[in-house]
Amino acid sequence: MSGSAFNLRSFLHGLPGVDKVGVEARAAALGTRSVKTTAKAAAIDLAIRMVDLTTLEGADTPGKVRALSAKALRPDPADPTCPSVAALCVYPAMVPVAAEVLAGSGVHLASVATAFPSGQAPLEVKLADTRDAVAGGADEIDMVISRGAFLSGRYDFVYDEIVAVKEACGSAHLKVILETGELGTYDNVRRASWLAMLAGADFIKTSTGKVPVAATLPVTLVMLEAVRDFRAQTGRQVGVKPAGGIRTTKDAIKYLVLINETVGDDWLDPDWFRFGASSLLNDLLMQRTKLTTGHYAGPDYFTLD
Amino acid sequence: MPKSPSPAKAAVAKAAAVAKAAGSAKGPTGAKRDRQASPAKSGREAARAQGDLVPPPAEGSSASSSAGGDPVGGPATAGSGRATSAAAGDRGASGAVVRSGRLAVRKTYKLYIGGAFPRSESGRTYLVDGDNVALASRKDARDAVVAARKAQPKWAGATAYNRGQVLYRIAEMVEARRDEFLALGVAAGELDAAVDRWVWYAGWSDKIAQVHGSANPVAGPYFNISAPEPTGVVGVVAPASFLGLISVIAPAVVTGNTVVVLAAAPQVAVTLAEVLATSDVPGGVVNILTGHAAETAPWLASHDDVNALDLTGVADPALATELERAAAGNLKRVVRPPADTPDFTADPGLHPMTALLETKTVWHPKGF
Repeated sequence: MSGSAFNLRSFLHGLPGVDKVGVEARAAALGTRSVKTTAKAAAIDLAIRMVDLTTLEGADTPGKVRALSAKALRPDPADPTCPSVAALCVYPAMVPVAAEVLAGSGVHLASVATAFPSGQAPLEVKLADTRDAVAGGADEIDMVISRGAFLSGRYDFVYDEIVAVKEACGSAHLKVILETGELGTYDNVRRASWLAMLAGADFIKTSTGKVPVAATLPVTLVMLEAVRDFRAQTGRQVGVKPAGGIRTTKDAIKYLVLINETVGDDWLDPDWFRFGASSLLNDLLMQRTKLTTGHYAGPDYFTLD
Repeated sequence: MPKSPSPAKAAVAKAAAVAKAAGSAKGPTGAKRDRQASPAKSGREAARAQGDLVPPPAEGSSASSSAGGDPVGGPATAGSGRATSAAAGDRGASGAVVRSGRLAVRKTYKLYIGGAFPRSESGRTYLVDGDNVALASRKDARDAVVAARKAQPKWAGATAYNRGQVLYRIAEMVEARRDEFLALGVAAGELDAAVDRWVWYAGWSDKIAQVHGSANPVAGPYFNISAPEPTGVVGVVAPASFLGLISVIAPAVVTGNTVVVLAAAPQVAVTLAEVLATSDVPGGVVNILTGHAAETAPWLASHDDVNALDLTGVADPALATELERAAAGNLKRVVRPPADTPDFTADPGLHPMTALLETKTVWHPKGF
């Protein structure tokens, strides 16, 4: 598949349209599954292992990032059987701070780059941003696509940008943020997913968490179908990361059900599915504590972050 | 325009006829059957019997002559209006008022969580005196604690004056819904006492800090000031009487706590919830669960996000012990159940409020 403008346009617009009603009904139906007892315990531990613990605030300080790094390693200090999270996700400026704590731990270090969250910057700036983060110790890069270019139909521009950033990443994994809340339609989500995968993304991610509409079940379903079809056609497996708005264990388990029913076991792994979240982790820990102690846990007993 | 009075008049005449028929058909046997069905409900029964005593024919004729365009056929005054509905209909074993000509709207008494009236998450209901009542599960208790926790900072942050105003408003609304409470069997004297108790506690909102707080003498150049602060979320196992229910809710919320109440008398408690929902009480400040306290209370007692537990309504000593033990898990404040039957008409004193307060002491340099 070459990146020429005409080829891309005809391919992306040749993708079958998404049945909006169907995909929403399917996601809603899968959201009603009841997962209890031992299955719930397993789901909670898996969800914890899939969390990209995220702090993307202007007010982030090295102290806060250090504290969060420690939490990524040992989410529940009271329970040594609690697994670590998948990764910590920070701004590039905070990467060296987090890298110090996480080095050699097995917890990945992700950094947003490419003028996050708007992506409205010249390519050279985005590439410099990416190289900086990788040099600082990040082994995963979360880039944002230029929605302005995508929405105006300049698919080749977006494609070339992703290819360039992928090159700048070197060995680091590249997650491509589609910002589905700004794409408008499921058809656009499907096109953007394919565009990102064709350009070499290792992961496709729903949102920055900085716009009102973030990850939803139907959008994630469309993206999961895209990665499934992409593997069927090309043999390459791409991961999926919903981010933003996932706050409760119940939500997280709905996503796990969605993966299981859409793409199967292959994606039920932290290497292929992540939750971009901050407050989700505490709720998972509270539910985990509820299962182990037999009584309801309270937020007073978990860290504020 | 000229046509409009005639259908209304016809409706009135019809209603009067219905009243007459119902009155004569039922007679004393209807009242007797009611009495047999529920011997325990003395107050409610009395109210109903009182309605039956009004001679239906006289009632019917007064309605047709004086009520004018009122389509229901009810006379103008509230008192005789009650009498008419009691004469024209019968609160049967189902608890619904049945008037001929239309289907009765049966009421399900639901939970009160976060300012809304949801059914139980479990979907369960149970019958209390013929009424359908939601049977709360542990997850309803959990949801109620979440709602109470969410509402707590804002409620505690409201000015004491504002909280007092809200409590006074509750008293006003209980007064306004007097008839409803009387119909549910709350004695008139108890209702008056309950309204007075709301007002009494409303007055304490901006005074408790003066009485319970202090300026402490210390050996150093500091002001040392102790001020009472709310504990947070309080789980309450309420006693069955209406005055008892008020006497456990009011002292907890007046100081800025939010409560999850396990109610013993569901209909009265849910009617109180309807009062609270229309009294400017922010959603989540008072949450009321109906059902079996023995089932839900242990979950509140062991809940790490509940800060205090009021066991005033626990009659079973074994359950009380179990709850106290569970409450020790996160060092909750516990109001122990009374040793013998509590007299809620007595002056409650400050203890019901102070038991659910914490003291914050501030050292402030005098600056010399």
